[in-house]
Amino acid sequence: MAKKLLLEHADVPGIASYEVYRKHGGYASVEKALKSMSPDEVVEEVKKSGLRGRGGAGFPTGMKWSFLAKPEGVERHLVCNADESEPGTFKDRYLMEKLPHLLIEGMITSSYALGARRSYIYIRGEFMYVLQILEKAIAEAYANGMLGKNILGSGYDLDLVVTPGGGAYICGEETALLESLEGKRGNPRMKPPFPAVKGLWGNPTVVNNVESIAAVVPIVNHGGEAYATIGIERSTGTKLISASGNLVRPGVYEIELGLSVEEFIYGDDYCRGIANGKKLKACVPGGSSVPILPHYLVTKTANGDQRLMTYESLADGGFATGSMLGSGGFIVFDEDQCIVRNTWNFARFYAHESCGQCSPCREGTGWMEKVLYRLEHGTGTLEDIDLLEQINKKIEGNTICPLGDAAAWPVAAAIRHFREEFEWHVKSPQEAQTRNYGLIQTPLEA
Amino acid sequence: MIKVTIDDVEIEVAPGTTILNAARQAGGDIVPPAMCYYSKLPGTGGKCRTCLVEVAAGSAADPRPMPKLVASCSTQVMDGMIVKNKTSERVHENRGGVVEFLLINHPLDCPVCDQAGECHLQDLGYEHGSAKTRFREERRTYAPIEIGNKIKLHMNRCILCYRCVHVANQLTDKRVHGVLHRGEHAEISTYIENAIENDFSGNMIDVCPVGALTDKTFRFKSRVWFLKPMEAECACEKCSGKAVLWMFGNEIYRVTARKDKYGEVETIDDKTAWICNDCRFDKKDTIKWNILGPRKIDRHSVISQGKYATKNDQNPQLLR
Amino acid sequence: MKAEHPQAVNEAPIDFSAHTMTEIQRVIDLFPAGKQKSAILRILHFVQEEFGWVSVGAMNRVAQILDIQPIEVYEVATFYTMFHLDPVGKNVLEVCRTGPCQLVGSDDIISYIEQTLDIKVGETSKDGMFTLKTVECLGACGYGPMLMCKYKFYEHLTKEKVNELLDAMRDASQS
Repeated sequence: MAKKLLLEHADVPGIASYEVYRKHGGYASVEKALKSMSPDEVVEEVKKSGLRGRGGAGFPTGMKWSFLAKPEGVERHLVCNADESEPGTFKDRYLMEKLPHLLIEGMITSSYALGARRSYIYIRGEFMYVLQILEKAIAEAYANGMLGKNILGSGYDLDLVVTPGGGAYICGEETALLESLEGKRGNPRMKPPFPAVKGLWGNPTVVNNVESIAAVVPIVNHGGEAYATIGIERSTGTKLISASGNLVRPGVYEIELGLSVEEFIYGDDYCRGIANGKKLKACVPGGSSVPILPHYLVTKTANGDQRLMTYESLADGGFATGSMLGSGGFIVFDEDQCIVRNTWNFARFYAHESCGQCSPCREGTGWMEKVLYRLEHGTGTLEDIDLLEQINKKIEGNTICPLGDAAAWPVAAAIRHFREEFEWHVKSPQEAQTRNYGLIQTPLEA
Repeated sequence: MIKVTIDDVEIEVAPGTTILNAARQAGGDIVPPAMCYYSKLPGTGGKCRTCLVEVAAGSAADPRPMPKLVASCSTQVMDGMIVKNKTSERVHENRGGVVEFLLINHPLDCPVCDQAGECHLQDLGYEHGSAKTRFREERRTYAPIEIGNKIKLHMNRCILCYRCVHVANQLTDKRVHGVLHRGEHAEISTYIENAIENDFSGNMIDVCPVGALTDKTFRFKSRVWFLKPMEAECACEKCSGKAVLWMFGNEIYRVTARKDKYGEVETIDDKTAWICNDCRFDKKDTIKWNILGPRKIDRHSVISQGKYATKNDQNPQLLR
Repeated sequence: MKAEHPQAVNEAPIDFSAHTMTEIQRVIDLFPAGKQKSAILRILHFVQEEFGWVSVGAMNRVAQILDIQPIEVYEVATFYTMFHLDPVGKNVLEVCRTGPCQLVGSDDIISYIEQTLDIKVGETSKDGMFTLKTVECLGACGYGPMLMCKYKFYEHLTKEKVNELLDAMRDASQS
């Protein structure tokens, strides 16, 4: 079994309470940081750890922290992005529900490192029951002197507030999140200025994912270098993977980065293979916005190397034959699944979640959804498949925020790898209503 | 001052200038089109994506090209930056894509739209559009609504530039309309039946780049190219009183603010010369105005394609 | 495709319960002075908990409380999909329809509920007991098919589980 840095105590009875959490070594990072480290030393440890943002983009957390502007007399903020909404991703919910104090501990240690005295957790509105768990835990932390004035006699003050969204995927984009946190529509902001310079209410702000903030706890406890020994290359540490789809045992797993994809899908400690004895058809390894991989590119790269659960290996081959680790939303498709239906489903998701601010995304996502609807429902044409690719190219890279890319990539990848299945839908519409296409051939078989 | 090159034209501008404004300072055909950016309304821009340009070199210090096209209205120039607008095939292609997106749900009802002839979407369609649509689906439609007794909202034509929302925020004390819903369902609306009653609300019509907001006192009265624009002024307590009268013979058909070649209300005496609703909607009698002479209209407009760009401009009486 | 919401009729602000008002004040106080608008989403959740949906009168009251223009509340309430801007049944069943849930049979669950309650997605049952809605990903992908009702997640749904759930909700709403 792999080393667990985040979920080690997840199944301890009562671990959501302050007392039990504290008994199991909780809040040690706060004591260590506030009593024996300067804020910059904490930042240094996070840099050394090689931790990369766990929300999806994989940007080095320590570097993001070092960009924070620190003008005299201006308040700074740490905002936790708990707006977990990427289809296939449900790890943050698991972590917050099981270990609310781990997130709060991470918020305190990280806020101290950044010099933030007012920090916020923005959680998606649908997780209202998790918000209530967090509110209770925050109250306990205040009662035990971990939040509020002069924490542990260090002279450091911190207020922490948890606040909900109202149903909008786009608020996972950091500037849309800040708009929403200010009580507005979740329209992403034009960048620059970046939040590190002008964020919440115009103040310098760092926005980090739940898991990234939680990872600061073991990094401070064991040291950045020790953390960096876990994993391989630039994929250090452990990662929470949310496994869903047609698996024997879907769920949230903490893995050491570098685990093989094969072991993750088929291993006894992990997902235990495809459900109902079926074959693997395809996999979306990092949340719905990353490119889909056909079965022959899931466990091996195009070069025949073993595919690993790392930022680098999952991206091996670029978009032609690779994908991305993304948020770790690992979605598995069995042989009975229809790629056209699923692509339409994801396109509908992005059209539904577009904020509507910029024209390529507002109009383009809706257009793709409609064309895919036709293809799935038997009235599409072969030209429609080309049209989709063209719409795609006009959205990608031309929007204010990454939602445009997130909407474009899954469609592009599905057509890239499964064009024959799309064409079959056009050529045999009746048949396509009654059965699924099945596995596509690997290029070698073809 | 810093140096920037746009389509082989070298310009010196003040630090902090955006690419679009640098291009406007140079003038000519290197200026990217802008449907949502409006220099007189802080906070506008970035949304329509028609002003996308290619940055072939970021700056003298870091001459790497920028990987994505950037919105020229909200990207600041750097010393030694090299920008490609009309000389970039990528820009041409992607701008065409944006225009297609803006048109898929647009009703193309120019023959009955009051904005025809001075519509920026029409210009864009002419320059970058395709003669055929690839959109097979049903268009998004909304019933036209009245917002205020002098303004008509045709949501079907709207491109969601947000300019009118900024006008309401910046020129009026109480905003009652805004953008509702989201994605392709986003719309300009008051949500509840509500009238926009404010002395300066009429400026929403002037900033609207398309025919979404039109002047009810002028609806279906005439095509703009049949009217003679005359510069005029009046003593007004509420506004600058500096306007353009759109006349047919001695009759005033419509009053607008004075707009420059980018469709923006002009700056006069260091102030943006917005006009009030009294001047716009109620002063339709020549007695109320001091008429200064014919108004020059920029070349891109249909108005100037016919007789008005001729020397007759010097003698408007000949036209009648 | 027609616009979803025609213009609504304006209504006078309505009053909220003492409990809701206490909660509203509590969350406004979580933010720095002058930043009370940050509490708007939480407040709209409170309003929906009290009334089941968010009416124009309720939004006008929220505008008064936050000292902002009513349009600012309408803009926000229409952006976020959790808020019901029309009356709904006593139990709103929000079934996830997104990819991961669809892979494990959410389409069947949706049509089963439609059949059982004799309503289509978006409609309310004749007895006013249930409204069926489909929603996008709720972050329970490993435990699908799933639905949310009154902020509670019901996961690993089967037809049998749906039957039990509907019965339990009927009982709870009648008692």
